[in-house]
Amino acid sequence: MSVTSATPVSTPSLPTVPLRELAPWAVLFGLLAALVVFFVSADQGAISIPSGTAIHEWVHDGRHLLGYPCH
Amino acid sequence: MTARVFLVRGLLAGLLAGLATFFVAHAVGEPSVAAAIALEGSHSEDGHNHGHSPADGHSHAEDGTVVSRHDQRTWGLLTGTVAVGTALGGVVALVAAAVAGRMRRLTLGQSTALVSAIGFVSFALVPFLKYPSTPPAVGNADTIGSRTGAYFAFLLVSVVVAVAVTVLAVRLAPRIGTYGAVVGGALAYVALMVVAGRLFPTVNEIGDFPADTLWYFRRASLIILATMWAAIGVVLTGLLLRLQSRERVVIARRELAASL
Repeated sequence: MSVTSATPVSTPSLPTVPLRELAPWAVLFGLLAALVVFFVSADQGAISIPSGTAIHEWVHDGRHLLGYPCH
Repeated sequence: MTARVFLVRGLLAGLLAGLATFFVAHAVGEPSVAAAIALEGSHSEDGHNHGHSPADGHSHAEDGTVVSRHDQRTWGLLTGTVAVGTALGGVVALVAAAVAGRMRRLTLGQSTALVSAIGFVSFALVPFLKYPSTPPAVGNADTIGSRTGAYFAFLLVSVVVAVAVTVLAVRLAPRIGTYGAVVGGALAYVALMVVAGRLFPTVNEIGDFPADTLWYFRRASLIILATMWAAIGVVLTGLLLRLQSRERVVIARRELAASL
């Protein structure tokens, strides 16, 4: 009648991702993300690559509303 | 779990966060942008156009732009929120992958949610407190270089300090306890950012811009940033938890099969 389940409360150790495996992903995607954020947040404001205003104007409202200095 | 499965889910979470941010930004933020541009138009006659004259290719008025205002507030805004959302989602996921199982007793869901929360505070909230967003028609075109530099330098300091105190708190937790490590880490971040905030130049180019329009714009901006980070955190945590429970089922089945 008394079926006790005395399983100790143990926290199962989580599988970790080896940092050696993670590093190339982090570097590649980190650079890509920085580039993307640059074009949305700062291009054709302080620095212009390429020159002109088309990119600035296209992402203009996003740049203002996401809190980046615009002009 | 591999880096790939984290990144894929981060990109998906970021994409969805970008879409959600677009709808919020379009509904909450665009009225303030329109109000600011209308003010700019009415001010530009009295020599108060902050360098937004068509001469330097930077007018917000419909006739002086390459991209129409309609495109700017729809497809342009969507491009910006989705691009930034996807980039941030991927970065958050890779950071979540790096800390998963390495933050003491935090589960995968807890550590991922914590990374998103620290990301919001250090990447969005604290930079906003020092350099709040400004609507169109505010800001001197001559200082855009120094303002951009200061903003991103402060952002970098904030993120680096946040990462450093978090790593330190995790390291010190076994010795001083979780409570002490969390409170100490948070206090250290606040103290260092207050010092950094005092050292960085203050920007005030508001002039006589109406305070109510400015407040509505900044409130909208904060809501938009919170939407993006909340959506990234919630969706990514949910996706990773689902993946984890699926993997556990597979492992349990394998163990059962092995025991037969």
